[in-house]
Amino acid sequence: MKVKYLRLEKAVGPLIVMDDVKNASYDEIVEIEMPGEPSRMGKVVQVDHGRVIIQVYQGTANLSLNKVAVTFSGKPMEIPLSREILGRVFNGVGKPIDGAGEIYAQRLYNINGRPMNPVARLYPRNYIQTGISSIDGLTTLIRGQKLPIFSGDGLPHNQLAAQIVKQARISDDKGNNFAVVFAAMGIKHDELDFFQRVFEETGVMNRVVMFANLADDPAVERISTPRCALTAAEYLAFECDMHVLVIMTDMTSYCEALREISSAREEVPSRKGYPGYMYSDLASLYERAGMLKGSGGSITQIPILTMPNDDITHPVPDLTGYITEGQIVLSRSLYQMGIYPPINVLPSLSRLMKDGIGKEYTREDHPDLANQIFSAYSRVQEIRALAQVIGEDELSEVDQKYMEFGRQFEERFTKQGFDENRSIEETLDLMWELLSILPEDELTRIDPALVKKYLRK
Amino acid sequence: MARYGKIVYINGPVVKAEGMDDFLMREMVMVGEKKLIGEVISLERGTGTIQVYEETSGLRTGERVTGTGKPLSVKLGPGIITNIFDGIQRPLSKIYQAGGEFIPEGIGLITLDEDKLWDVEILAKEGEYLKSGDVFAQVQETSLVLHKVMVPPGAKGRVKSIVQSGAYSIAETLAVLEDGDKHYELKLAQEWPVRTPRPVDRRMPIQKLLVTGQRVIDTFFPLAKGGTAAIPGGFGTGKTITQHQLAKWSDADIIVYVGCGERGNEMTEVLEDFPKLKDPRTGHPLMDRTVLIANTSNMPVAAREASIYTGITIAEYYRDMGYNVAIMADSTSRWAEALREIAGRLEEMPAEEGYPAYLASRLAQFYERAGYVKNLNGSEGSVTIIGAVSPAGGDFSEPVTQATKRAVGAFLALDRELAHARHFPSINWLSSYSGYTTMLEEWFKDNVASDMLSLREKMLKILHEENKLMDIVKLVGEDVLPDDQRVTLEIAKVIKVGFLQQNAYHEKDAYVEPQEQYSMLKVIEKLYDRAFSAVKKGIPLSKVKDEGLFREIIMMKYNATGNEFFQGIEEKIDQYYDNLERVYKEGARNEG
Repeated sequence: MKVKYLRLEKAVGPLIVMDDVKNASYDEIVEIEMPGEPSRMGKVVQVDHGRVIIQVYQGTANLSLNKVAVTFSGKPMEIPLSREILGRVFNGVGKPIDGAGEIYAQRLYNINGRPMNPVARLYPRNYIQTGISSIDGLTTLIRGQKLPIFSGDGLPHNQLAAQIVKQARISDDKGNNFAVVFAAMGIKHDELDFFQRVFEETGVMNRVVMFANLADDPAVERISTPRCALTAAEYLAFECDMHVLVIMTDMTSYCEALREISSAREEVPSRKGYPGYMYSDLASLYERAGMLKGSGGSITQIPILTMPNDDITHPVPDLTGYITEGQIVLSRSLYQMGIYPPINVLPSLSRLMKDGIGKEYTREDHPDLANQIFSAYSRVQEIRALAQVIGEDELSEVDQKYMEFGRQFEERFTKQGFDENRSIEETLDLMWELLSILPEDELTRIDPALVKKYLRK
Repeated sequence: MARYGKIVYINGPVVKAEGMDDFLMREMVMVGEKKLIGEVISLERGTGTIQVYEETSGLRTGERVTGTGKPLSVKLGPGIITNIFDGIQRPLSKIYQAGGEFIPEGIGLITLDEDKLWDVEILAKEGEYLKSGDVFAQVQETSLVLHKVMVPPGAKGRVKSIVQSGAYSIAETLAVLEDGDKHYELKLAQEWPVRTPRPVDRRMPIQKLLVTGQRVIDTFFPLAKGGTAAIPGGFGTGKTITQHQLAKWSDADIIVYVGCGERGNEMTEVLEDFPKLKDPRTGHPLMDRTVLIANTSNMPVAAREASIYTGITIAEYYRDMGYNVAIMADSTSRWAEALREIAGRLEEMPAEEGYPAYLASRLAQFYERAGYVKNLNGSEGSVTIIGAVSPAGGDFSEPVTQATKRAVGAFLALDRELAHARHFPSINWLSSYSGYTTMLEEWFKDNVASDMLSLREKMLKILHEENKLMDIVKLVGEDVLPDDQRVTLEIAKVIKVGFLQQNAYHEKDAYVEPQEQYSMLKVIEKLYDRAFSAVKKGIPLSKVKDEGLFREIIMMKYNATGNEFFQGIEEKIDQYYDNLERVYKEGARNEG
């Protein structure tokens, strides 16, 4: 029962409004046709008696109120999925844009997904070796985790993400069982090129699925881009039993698109004009990471966001941090000191780390060791502040040792090359080596037995 | 009487329908062909506004809304403990069986298992007069919980008939009460509307400590049975770990853990961990006293709003049996945001930061459902509420934190700086407070020691003193301070590292009895007194601060084995300083 409606009541921003529509269903997809224009896709976002508000993915430019034909599909947005998607590139609404033809699939998948039942989840415990010391040692990434990178404009978050993709797969013992799903939202062409080049160079391109919405693509499509990507990830992880790494960048552009639509709908805004439901909306993306009982696959998410004005309390990083299982925070001052990757370990955190490291996973000394490094490095910050006032020479002997520890920590531990892949043992041994700079009785966070076993003076 | 409305408006979880003249405010309804569960939140000239507890995607105008005639209620009876429910008390394991790994909509209102037979011991006799709240039967629900089956509030009368002890399901009638021409059928389970507090005989004063085994809480900012507490903190400051610690170790009889708009993996972690953990008092699995309510952040927002009420109603039900119940709500901010989201969709006039104007009164109403009470049946029970707050941007001046602060008795402020230094629990000792300290004076006297509170004050004073001194140290360095002030700094460090920091993952350190907390503080006090008097006698700090001794005291949390251990350390302190003072006295005499 497909009915065509021929008249729009109103077109404003990304929205169109139609009257006298019968039996429209909430969230259904509509097709909008106009002579001389490619057909567009829209989604019903509100139904009020016969009045229907539709959000148009490709924008409303060049639409007229009279010459339009709108067809209601009666279904939510669905995309076809099969194993053939590996190595392909799609746009934000799941249409192939690499010229290699349509995807033929047995089934269509609703891009909105459904919440995972907590009872059906499998608690993530298996760590992923990324070969990056700051991450492996101090904010360990766990398979099935959602761990975002909080970055700023001009910081090397893309390199870091690329390095993780490049190195994380090598440690995968199952070999060919991994895939990368890449969702680009409002990023620049050269950024996309960078990722494509890295994927090609490392020979993983045939295991990558890309959903690309670039900065000059319609903003509304940014809303569906991560949903298409995550639906593809769920298909690969839970139907094909693959370990999927999902990279979503840039979440800030996504949230701005959300705000744009919200304000066009004249909704009551909350902080900084972002809609009140942004937390729930972000959660509906981030919570799609995880593992399921009875399935061999996993979805690990690395969303990337740029903090406007480097402000971690801005709504986008703030709400993200409340949903994700930790965060990796990049620091501009470290980067300016020439340190790559400029990960500031103090505000960085991996919530799932505690259950994926230690005796059975990495090494017995790892938990205490990480704890001690955090505590020592945070002490370094205090002492540096003091040294700025009274000068380094005036510091006490112990404090001077901390200063030395801080310098070496940044130069030898945090800093590492784009192609440098450190094993977990190397990282842990380096941590001990750095701690040996400090007097032994400063190591209050480590079990004395472990100090005895591992500390070499 | 079947009553129908016709859907005319859909916007996310908010649906409006016409023809609802006969519906009631707060009535539970079935929405659309899929029979989604919803609740009437406003009525205006035949048009009802409904908040829907399931995903409304695919719902059409013209579909029906059917009334159920009763408000949103929960079923209270055996089978609650060890279970995990969604926001409207549907068991997630049943949803899993029915709908698979991902939660579908339209599975209807399923609740406690009606087929399971419970071993019921009947306590009342025929002809006996029972009033509301009286216990007429009991069931061993889990190894830790004896479930007392009570006459529901409102029902009373003479027992007309009653079954023999034996195996019954919650659907069967066990007894009939006769009160004049009224008859009441009593079953193992009763229903209760979630938004109405269950009645009590009277409230009683708060006077018992809720022992949590967490040093910074029990000693410095104690919680009380029947009290309320808020734990605010930005992301990554350890709210959830603190809540988990309280759920694991506090000495409540029943724990209700509400995961309200939080992470799915965290609920799974509780589900995997709790059955393995043993209650330190009884040795039974902790899960046997725990009920979980999980409405994760990606589950429908309206059910998130309801989950808090579902939790508190279950808590009150077990309180009525005479138990001390603690409910952890993680996080109340998500609940407040659910209110905001729905208010926004209703186009209500927003107050501060888009939150509805009734935010503060709703929060206050919720926290007021805590209390130490005398129940209708004469027993005493309590509900303690511990709510996590997730302030936007970690800024405590935002509306939810402020409104919560007014409603609670204890405020455990988590600190980002401490968390970054991995000082856990990251409870800031300067900005936290507990209004229960003086109310618990007697309890501490009877159960710990008569000087417990004065000792607490002395230690807090050292910490405050340290904070002031640190301002100076930040400017000119530590070396400039006189030695007596440097002793304060050193002792404050011992308190911070050796006492306030507590390792949630260390077998011994995770839980510490109040008596032991006291002994630890006594040792630190002795160290302070002796060190302080030593520097006053002119002995230089480098000698007064003996690395080995200080380290041993800092590490005592991992090594303590009982009273003798603490005595041993105290003796060691005395020996060291006696010796030190003697050497210096002699040195001075020799020089002189």
